[in-house]
Amino acid sequence: MSNTVVATEIEGKAWGGGNEPLKASYGKMMMWFFIVSDALTFSGFLAAYGFSRFKFIDYWPIADEVFTHVPFLHGQELPMIYVAFMTFVLIMSSVTMVLAVDAGHHLNKGKVTIYMFLTIIGGLIFVGSQAWEWATFIKGDFGAVQTKGGNILQFVDTDGHRVALRDFVVAEHKDRTAHERKNGLWFVQEGTLPTYTVEEVVDGLEAHDNILVRTQLLDENGQKTILSRSESLKQLKNNGTHVVEGANLKENEYGSPLFADFFFFITGFHGFHVFSGVIINIIIFFNVILGTYEKRKNYEMVEKVGLYWHFVDLVWVFVFTFFYLV
Amino acid sequence: MAHAHKLEIFRGLVKFKSNTQKIWGVLIFLTIVTAVEVVLGIYKPESLMAKFIGMKILNWIFIILTLVKAYYITWDFMHMRDEVKALRRMVVWTAIFLILYLIFILLQEGGYIESIYTTGYIKTDF
Repeated sequence: MSNTVVATEIEGKAWGGGNEPLKASYGKMMMWFFIVSDALTFSGFLAAYGFSRFKFIDYWPIADEVFTHVPFLHGQELPMIYVAFMTFVLIMSSVTMVLAVDAGHHLNKGKVTIYMFLTIIGGLIFVGSQAWEWATFIKGDFGAVQTKGGNILQFVDTDGHRVALRDFVVAEHKDRTAHERKNGLWFVQEGTLPTYTVEEVVDGLEAHDNILVRTQLLDENGQKTILSRSESLKQLKNNGTHVVEGANLKENEYGSPLFADFFFFITGFHGFHVFSGVIINIIIFFNVILGTYEKRKNYEMVEKVGLYWHFVDLVWVFVFTFFYLV
Repeated sequence: MAHAHKLEIFRGLVKFKSNTQKIWGVLIFLTIVTAVEVVLGIYKPESLMAKFIGMKILNWIFIILTLVKAYYITWDFMHMRDEVKALRRMVVWTAIFLILYLIFILLQEGGYIESIYTTGYIKTDF
């Protein structure tokens, strides 16, 4: 630290900040301690996710069946490919960040600028991918029927492949339209109505012999239980309350509402970290261009935001494991 | 700032000439680990579905590989390898101790509630 601007007067003094027993500057140390506390926050979320999952261990959605989409490849089942891509983008931007830190140690302004720029681009690609992932998740794919007890009934053909509601249910004309503020009660809101009613789904199921109902319950092989034809009709007629398409905080077509809640909350909180990381990186990027650190003869600021950026990557490694793999 | 970087990983098995080279080396390693995870996640080999201490062996592999990745991100990207021992222990052991405690409490309780749902008198599936 001998060539930092601030350290000239207090150097060697035991009191007043001259001593660095941990051989790290105050700012860097505080960044580490912030990271520890933030790591505990994220572990709290992930452990809460684990709690809910253990609580509903036999009913939890199978992540492989939920996240199967890749942009521009419609209708293909490609579990994990896109998340793996996102993980790689984030690790790659971590690498460019550490290269920027390394270039900073050599006081190479040009290289720091290029690597910081690449890091920002990587971060933006990641945030964009996450937005796409959210949009796909919210829109849903197959649709399902919710029961009185809040469980989800999905539909499969006799081979066990998922069948979308639109493939066997015919929507009839409905008199009921979505309530809007301008032509109803101004203080009451209503979301979009489902495309189908349960009666229409029952009609569709009766008309197609090859379609069966699949419940949330996992059997001993880790597969969802598929009901027999008569059981399917009985379950749907007796317990079906309404059609669910896509996901929100109250219900989702994939299974337990908690699954979507935790997905939104944890990936959202992580995405917010990535977003703020990008903002901080941009600020530092402009400082590098303006030559602030060049004048200071010290690029430690890049190192500090670097720590934060790597931490975001670190958290994603865990989110990836616990949401998509395990 | 003449930073002295420790330039070997895997306990000295692989040595690098410069810090930049080490970064790329670690990237290759992390990419391989992620690729292994993704391949295992897609194919889910039947032999790894057996249970071991309450969880599938496959899930244990995922968690261990994640911790391996976390180690190399912290040690080489965040330069924990170059920090003094005291700082390293302050950060790492505090986090590990508290996180283990948190996980133990929450997973234990989650398992307990699940057992009440399955064996007790509360009906959930209707």
